[in-house]
Amino acid sequence: SPQVVWSMLGNRQFCSYKMTTKTQNFCRNEYNLTGLCNRSSCPLANSQYATIREEKGRCYLYMKTIERAAFPRRLWERVLLNKNYEKALEQIDENLIYWPRFIRHKCKQRFTKITQYLIRIRKLTLKRQRKLVPLRRKIERREKRREEKALIAAQLDNAIEKELLERLKQDTYGDIYNFPIHAFDKALQQQEAESESESDAEREEEEDEDVDTREFVEAEDSELSDFEDMDKLETSSEEEQEEEEEVEKKASHSKSKGKTPLKGPARRKRPYIEIEYEEETEPTTKTKAA
Amino acid sequence: GPAAPQRVLFPPTFSVSEIKNKQRRHFMFLRWKQQQRKEKLAAKKKRRKEREALGDKAPPKAIPKTIENQRVYDETTVDPNDEEVAFDEATDEFAPYFNRQTVPKILITTSDRPRGRTVRFCEQLATVIPNSHVYYRRGLALKRIIPQCIARDFTDLIVINEDRKIPNGLVLSHLPDGPTAHFRMSSVRLRKEIKRKGKEPTEHVPEVILNNFTTRLGHSIGRMFASLFPHDPQFIGRQVATFHNQRDYIFFRFHRYIFKSEKKVGIQELGPRFTLKLRSLQKGTFDSKFGEYEWIHKRREMDTSRRKFHL
Repeated sequence: SPQVVWSMLGNRQFCSYKMTTKTQNFCRNEYNLTGLCNRSSCPLANSQYATIREEKGRCYLYMKTIERAAFPRRLWERVLLNKNYEKALEQIDENLIYWPRFIRHKCKQRFTKITQYLIRIRKLTLKRQRKLVPLRRKIERREKRREEKALIAAQLDNAIEKELLERLKQDTYGDIYNFPIHAFDKALQQQEAESESESDAEREEEEDEDVDTREFVEAEDSELSDFEDMDKLETSSEEEQEEEEEVEKKASHSKSKGKTPLKGPARRKRPYIEIEYEEETEPTTKTKAA
Repeated sequence: GPAAPQRVLFPPTFSVSEIKNKQRRHFMFLRWKQQQRKEKLAAKKKRRKEREALGDKAPPKAIPKTIENQRVYDETTVDPNDEEVAFDEATDEFAPYFNRQTVPKILITTSDRPRGRTVRFCEQLATVIPNSHVYYRRGLALKRIIPQCIARDFTDLIVINEDRKIPNGLVLSHLPDGPTAHFRMSSVRLRKEIKRKGKEPTEHVPEVILNNFTTRLGHSIGRMFASLFPHDPQFIGRQVATFHNQRDYIFFRFHRYIFKSEKKVGIQELGPRFTLKLRSLQKGTFDSKFGEYEWIHKRREMDTSRRKFHL
């Protein structure tokens, strides 16, 4: 009889569906109406019981009566409820007529809750759903390592500098940068073979310039080395650029003798580039002197 | 035992892996390894002596093998003189851009609820790309944003996907019905994390450098990137944005350059940096369910060889 069942399971002995927490006891039985472990809501300890359960979006009313207590297979009778909320409530009332008030009330409450969450599910599926894609640790590690290796192999700075110099050579910048370019270089190389008057004249001119403007050179160089003023160079005239370029060669030559304090800050900011090019410019200055 | 002699002669059918005892097997393997190393060193020395002995007549040094050298030849590599490719490029979705009929206008947005880093990254990206606007999404579906964007004359849409407070994905969609590329983004560095002492990027239109996009797929991705920036760079600004492809990783950098002489250029990094890896390329605009994919990265098929790259 139910009283005996409850006195055993509810209080004294072990009930496998019972879950105790600090403040409350819960019942894990699927047919439980409220989810709590009470005398009135234990499906095992009540011979007349009813629940609402939903399967695949449809709600069913499950009922258990004393007459069928001996036949566990036929114990729970189930009724499919109407999709319409009010009609389903009427159905519950009609099926649970003459049943205790508690069960009727709780059934309706549970049914309400279930329909509400079903509505929410349907609404959410219409919105965008975030798809979670699992990360695979091995693959992530592999990708990371390959990226590092690719970065090292890419040598980005060199590639970019090369590309920019290429573009300069191919005249994409037009007249903005006015370097005394290839003609001068070729002339340099030809000077040992033959002495052309033009190239000689050019060389003499440039050497004169250097001698005259040596003092200017140092001061302007400070502008160049300070990167915060790089923007100011936008407005520089062609002459300034030419002079600066000469400056650079001379300055680097003087740099090779001893570290001038002016080049100090520039060195600090981008040390490695300066070191690279030091060797490069030295030979050109040497050939010019020769 | 442990005190065995240095030069060991193994019987010809012996292999180290046949010894059952783990300790001993390990020991024998180490000894075998030492022997191999010695032989290699001896061979090297001999070769060097031969080279010195020959002097000028020595054969040239062998080129070291790199992954780029050993790359599996991809049949879709673009030949610069290929007519078919040129024709395709004249008629694809980027033709209006390259014919200077359209001016790029970019919309940058994120996934839901972006966190601090992503927000700042979006702002910096907006300064790097001229004519771009950042809009935050609060729960709006992409499919509904796209028609609105087209109506307001945007040419490109960038969506930065975020995960655990860092940006990790990028969807680049060319708008009037153009291809959509989905990338995985990694190593994102904001401006303050880059070691440089430059100012902010100015409003000038930067130049674009696209390196190493060799195959057809790479070409189309390259054009996609190029179409983000206005066609006429302002050389006064001296800024350059680089997309460098190396082994299927696309590195983005933003620099300011200065020509110190005709052979010397200095570059200074401003701007954020990140790397991208292409995951999929879709023909139409962003549509995950019904889209027609031109290319998807399939790990099992495409990651089998270490020397095979697709971009």
